[in-house]
Amino acid sequence: MNRTPSLVVALLVAPLALVLLWAFHEALTQPSGARLADLAETSLSRTGVGNPVTAVLLSYRGYDTMLELGVLLAALLGIWSLGRVSPGFHPPELALTAMVAWVVPLLILTAGYLLWAGAERPGGAFQGGALLGAAGVILRLTGERRLGLPSERAQRRLAIAGIGAFLAVGLGTAAAGLGFLAYPESWSKWLILLIETATTLAVGMTLAAAYPGGPPGPAGNERDAP
Amino acid sequence: MTELLFGGAGILLFAMGLWSFLVHEPLLRKLIAFNVMGSGVFHILVAISERGALRPDPVPHALVLTGIVVAVSATALALALDRRLDDEDPDG
Repeated sequence: MNRTPSLVVALLVAPLALVLLWAFHEALTQPSGARLADLAETSLSRTGVGNPVTAVLLSYRGYDTMLELGVLLAALLGIWSLGRVSPGFHPPELALTAMVAWVVPLLILTAGYLLWAGAERPGGAFQGGALLGAAGVILRLTGERRLGLPSERAQRRLAIAGIGAFLAVGLGTAAAGLGFLAYPESWSKWLILLIETATTLAVGMTLAAAYPGGPPGPAGNERDAP
Repeated sequence: MTELLFGGAGILLFAMGLWSFLVHEPLLRKLIAFNVMGSGVFHILVAISERGALRPDPVPHALVLTGIVVAVSATALALALDRRLDDEDPDG
């Protein structure tokens, strides 16, 4: 790192930050004008869920969320295609192993709760998936080489579960003449729950599998030699 | 003015990340800096969805939610690429 350029860059970045601060302050003090929030609020009863964030993710902007799951899948495929990596961590201590035996089931339980609660309260597929991914990472840190993930075949299926559920529901509604991802009102809640369940599993599996890097290994639940 | 405090912190994070991204040469440090910038943007989006007494806007919340997961997986891919680069050319 060179001293002079870093100072010059700091002198260039500081005014930019000040301009951004001023713009942000202006945006906050001006009247807000038309907001998407009002639209989201008034149509909420037609989506079958009570949490506006879930409604935005799975109903109003379902197409967007589907493509984001595509980004996740692309990232995972990239990681899998970069070849094997050597494991790089220490064997765990006894206290960590004992704690993980408690924490991982709790994480899975909480992920399930968040998935269900997402319909009416804060929570949802991405939060639940993040917890599942965290459970995998913790398992890996205690030397579980496969992070509690299923077989390679099942991993490949899970990786496409989220975008697959979106596409299946979308094509189904399109075939029924409603348009892509336009849920019929009476089914909306259950279709959203179906997509969210698949998304939770896909997100959790993708995040966990991305952590060690490299393609899924052969079956078996071996631990690293201490 | 909680929104201003929160958004201001976001802008500060963004500026610090940008500085670090431009100044430091190793890919890993650039990646961390990029993630700090991203966190700043998430802060700003969450802060701006709250407008006084009005109910918070769920749209930016949803964007941030998926954005975090996408950022994490993109970072994982970048780390895998970086490690592969190191394997190919340990000096580089």
